Amino acid sequence: MTIIDLANPSRFLAFTARVLPWLVAATVCAFAVGLYLATLAPDDYQQGATVKIMFIHVPNAWLAMFCWTVMTVAALGTLVWRHPLADVAAKAAAPLGAAFTFLCLLTGSLWGRPMWGTYWVWDGRLSSVLVLFLMYLGVLALWRTVEDPSRAARAVAILTLVGAINLPIIKFSVDWWATLHQPASVLRLGGPTIHRSILVPLLVMGLAFMLLFLTLHLAAMRNEILRRRVRTLRLMQAQAGA
Amino acid sequence: MTNVAALLMRDMRLAVRLGGGAPIGVLFFLIVVTLMPFALGPDLALLRRIGPAILWLGALLASLLALDRLFAADHEDGSLDLILMSRLPLEVTVAVKALAHWLTTGLPLVIAVPVLALFLDLEPRAMAAVALTLLVGTPALTCIGAMGAALAVTLRRGGLILAVLVLPLTIPVLIFGVAAANAAVVGPMPFGPPFTILCALSLISFVIGPFAAAAALRHGLD
Repeated sequence: MTIIDLANPSRFLAFTARVLPWLVAATVCAFAVGLYLATLAPDDYQQGATVKIMFIHVPNAWLAMFCWTVMTVAALGTLVWRHPLADVAAKAAAPLGAAFTFLCLLTGSLWGRPMWGTYWVWDGRLSSVLVLFLMYLGVLALWRTVEDPSRAARAVAILTLVGAINLPIIKFSVDWWATLHQPASVLRLGGPTIHRSILVPLLVMGLAFMLLFLTLHLAAMRNEILRRRVRTLRLMQAQAGA
Repeated sequence: MTNVAALLMRDMRLAVRLGGGAPIGVLFFLIVVTLMPFALGPDLALLRRIGPAILWLGALLASLLALDRLFAADHEDGSLDLILMSRLPLEVTVAVKALAHWLTTGLPLVIAVPVLALFLDLEPRAMAAVALTLLVGTPALTCIGAMGAALAVTLRRGGLILAVLVLPLTIPVLIFGVAAANAAVVGPMPFGPPFTILCALSLISFVIGPFAAAAALRHGLD
């Protein structure tokens, strides 16, 4: 079973139908272990129990960036290799990426309220995640404005690649901007570096979120393939009726 | 070479003559700057402090205004198909069209800065800094915008989606443009580093923009 074999949508559907139940089970197990370890993890001496938000917040931030990476690879697949499932993968990853980015911003601001006394700071890291979220929304908007899925895929692929070049530039420039204006509030993991008692649950939760992404992504790709088949059938029906 | 010159002259003529949108950008710029004192109050000290930021924001929005016509007008009357079929590489065509667009919409914004700077009570030094940073920065805005315009060329709500796609990508240009302008006015940062980074951003977008826009046109029109 190679990636070429999976290019056939029917084979892909059969493959995912076999794999998905195992993935769901693995995701549930990983979350169970991760959340259990997270409750066992010691409270921070300064932040108290609110430090546990980190076990949700940090994996979301990792996935927010990982989803754009997946979309970039898929965009290359669309434009360079013309892999038939690449645009399906890109389309399925975009809402997931937007959702993870939103959750990252949401949990971050809920964490920020008790810690910094405010929901939002124009810090470099916060601002660049916000810009990432805006770019996800732009990609979603572009998917929704072009009716023909394959043409939409190529337009989105170009935007994704340009975004992939721009995201490091934006990150770097926003960091510059924030250090210019408010060096005092730059977010840092102050104090000692992360202790093993916190690092292990965090990595397990990261794995759990990664499995969650994989599960949701494959399921969303299945739905997208089926949705396209329904669309084609409807078009054929309409043409036969005319 | 004659092809390039012909295309450049054609686009510039179309932009400045009747029905072209070139003067509207400057008018929009003027109106945005006029609106600011009404929102912020006529406090000249405040306006002088945030003047460079106001001018940059106004220029950014004004440069966005005419962008959706960059390829859409040619697409509607069919000349874009002829341009695609010509022997000139599409990347060069896009670069020439972007240059013509900048000469007719970006450059007038830079020229308008001295007048608008009077409204905001900027000193000559600050005015020169803003004009210089805009001169270097607006080509970047045009090149990034050309990519968005090429993506949006066949869309019905092209202008709307264009703004959503392009504005996040212009954030670095805005940051370094305003940083350089402010550095020249208030310090204590030196003017050099942000300004050279702004130049670098302009050059990068001049390299990436035409290629991305040409790819988008090729894929979008077939």
